[in-house]
Amino acid sequence: MELEKALPLKGIKIADFTWYQVGPQGIRYLAVHGATVVLVETHTRPQGLRASSPYKKNIPSLDGSGAFANCNASKYGISLDLNKRRGQDVAKRLIEWADIVVEAYTPGMMKRWGLDYDSVKSINPDIIYLSTSQQGQYGPCARFKGFGNLASALAGFSHISGWPDQEPSPPYGAYSDAIGTRFVAIALLSALDYRRRTGKGLHLDLSQLEATIHFLAPLIMDYSVNGRIAQRNGNHLDRAAPHGVYPCSGDDRWIAIAVFNDSEWQALCRTLGDPPCCRDARFATFLARKQNEDELDRALSELTEGLEAEWLEKALQAAGLAAHVVETARDLFEDPQIRHRGYFHWLNHTKIGAHAYDGTAFKLSRSPDNYFAAPCLGEHNELVFKELLGMSDDEIGDLLVERVITTDADLPSALQK
Amino acid sequence: MPPEEVKEQAASETLLDNYRVLDLTEGFCQIAGKLLGDLGADVIKVEPPGGSPSRDIGPFYKDIPHRERSLSWFAYNVNKRSMTLNLETATGKKLFCRLAERADVVLESFPPGYVPGLGLGYEKLSQINRGLIMVSITPFGQDGAKAHYKGSDLTSWASGGALYVAGVPECPPVWVSFPQASLHAGIDAVTGALIALNERSFSGEGQYIDVSTQEAVIAVDQFVPQMWDMARYIPKRTGAAYSFPPGTIMRMGLPCKDGHVAAILFGGGGLAFSQGMQRLANWIDEEGMAPEWFRNFDWVNDYSLGGASQETVNRVERVIGDFLKTKTKAELFAEALKRDILIAPVNDPKDVLEYEHLQVRDYWTKILHPELDDTLTYCGPFVKSSVAPVTIRRRPPLVGEHNREIYEGELGLTTGELISLKAAGVI
Repeated sequence: MELEKALPLKGIKIADFTWYQVGPQGIRYLAVHGATVVLVETHTRPQGLRASSPYKKNIPSLDGSGAFANCNASKYGISLDLNKRRGQDVAKRLIEWADIVVEAYTPGMMKRWGLDYDSVKSINPDIIYLSTSQQGQYGPCARFKGFGNLASALAGFSHISGWPDQEPSPPYGAYSDAIGTRFVAIALLSALDYRRRTGKGLHLDLSQLEATIHFLAPLIMDYSVNGRIAQRNGNHLDRAAPHGVYPCSGDDRWIAIAVFNDSEWQALCRTLGDPPCCRDARFATFLARKQNEDELDRALSELTEGLEAEWLEKALQAAGLAAHVVETARDLFEDPQIRHRGYFHWLNHTKIGAHAYDGTAFKLSRSPDNYFAAPCLGEHNELVFKELLGMSDDEIGDLLVERVITTDADLPSALQK
Repeated sequence: MPPEEVKEQAASETLLDNYRVLDLTEGFCQIAGKLLGDLGADVIKVEPPGGSPSRDIGPFYKDIPHRERSLSWFAYNVNKRSMTLNLETATGKKLFCRLAERADVVLESFPPGYVPGLGLGYEKLSQINRGLIMVSITPFGQDGAKAHYKGSDLTSWASGGALYVAGVPECPPVWVSFPQASLHAGIDAVTGALIALNERSFSGEGQYIDVSTQEAVIAVDQFVPQMWDMARYIPKRTGAAYSFPPGTIMRMGLPCKDGHVAAILFGGGGLAFSQGMQRLANWIDEEGMAPEWFRNFDWVNDYSLGGASQETVNRVERVIGDFLKTKTKAELFAEALKRDILIAPVNDPKDVLEYEHLQVRDYWTKILHPELDDTLTYCGPFVKSSVAPVTIRRRPPLVGEHNREIYEGELGLTTGELISLKAAGVI
């Protein structure tokens, strides 16, 4: 109870009509800081993320996806068929209860259910209602299906990732999702600030594409002002050399090194024992290194490839250089810094037990957080319908009989046990 | 009130209160102050005399390197005011404390210990202003074995796991050719600050927020940590492809006639995926490029992510790859929109600026820079709000542009004092 009182977003209630990554993970920033979040799902069409690996021990199951779990920590889950009129009525009661509604369906879907902003503001006039989709609520491509790797390509990330003489190597996965989630969080938190001051609600139209382009803004300006079309450039950076990723001993081990000036270059040379290439005129000054950067990378690779990555990281850092092992999934769990700060949270999931959830990258000095495992599909029906919405047992029984509240029996045949 | 005036008032409303933010950050985490400014906060960029070193980061306006022409600096410093102040002088520290007295948020990105060493750490400032929220953004956070490690965007990308999983197998891991790590950390700083401001609204107390760029990058690695933790799987770089446990590699990008496209080329239980595959297969069939087995393929049951054998995937991708090579990016995207297929063009910055959809939504914002005698194109709002729009209200400031209005107008210094502070190298 004391903990609950101290939570920084205590009392904020969110009806979560989102799926996949951007909406769920954006809302999660608020959930783990104390907002009460009810995630609305259905058995009739379980969301795609529940069917995404990884699964614990590689055993697929409806409630066992680590992808789904990680995006939906600290939320309550209900199962409701929004295609049924009574399902829509229940959703409206949830919206009446809520301070915030977030939806991430293809634009137009919530309207079909009578749950769009214009329809629900009459039942909750000061509701904060955020719609997030790949390209926003209107415009010629608004209904294009919103997956993050496509948005990354549309925004320009794929084009500028990889090696100049090869096809694009886009950032891992659905990269724009990782940006979109963060913008969802700050949009919601600002809207709460607005409502606190004015008492008014609002509708927010968050286009993941439009948010994501902010992460490349200077390149757009470079084109519009200087006519330059940025290209993928390996690991190089105009103001540093060497600036790259170099092989180390062991299986697929690498170190990233960034050298910004001549004194850092000299420090690098000293750390590596002053090999002959350090006296090579082609590498003596920043400009010379920049001109001969490919040769520089080759020479440096030859020097690093027999060295242990962790040793080299420590040695270069001791010499005052930015250098770090290129961490694998496994390294993230063994990195003493990440362990020390307690980034990962091992939360006990009802069906699959304890596994690692991401934390957040910021620590609040005074306020606690509130992590608990993601819900199984419909896990909190009773809690939400009875305690949060005040429904009677009879009413809930009716909704079950009419299959408005869905159960395993409503799963598509392919998923029936 | 006549409707015109109502409209006027609405236009000046902002999502965030007019919070006073003192921005001491450098590099691309400066996006933090910019976003708070976009949302309505009064953000003051506190620069060392002569200007922020981040003003030396290119590209530059008309390719002329100059502290008032950095496009990177412009992009992440709109909606801020600028004052100069030397925090390493005794007078400079005093002036900063006076500013902090009435500030809501201080943002800084110096190495751990530097700001407390100046006597301006959170402990000290919170005694002057108990409601103050202070946010530090560093490569590894404030404590722990690596807290004093030096960081850069590339090494942060490496330390958080995003680097290892990108690139092609025959080359080293590769980043995005525009630094991303500090941008992620910058937004996390905003999220932390906004949560603390919400909490302050009922407690009256500020707090200290410690942002780790390494951890901000981990959040980028879509489910990579979970792959190790749950399935003991280490995803590797596979080029423009997905690599999911148990290990099948499925393409997410392919060449076409005039460039490249990104695509989702798997089916499975997600209907958007399997139906999208079916529609693509139908189109390929209509154009006479689908072999018999491909026409009758079961995209739901035999082609989920990680659920098909590599051999099957290779066969399917050969058919699709051959087809894509007969079409341009524009042809593929137009038909993808029409047929509801998951293919999008790999845009370069020119394509992005010319993308019709963004123009229809009036996304780009033109801002006049009188001293350049030019109007520059900025990214539009990251969210469209039905009230209190997120807008650019100020062009990025010149070095110390607002010294007089802040020192004289707010701190009550005289013009004479201002001149002597300048002579003494304080401002």
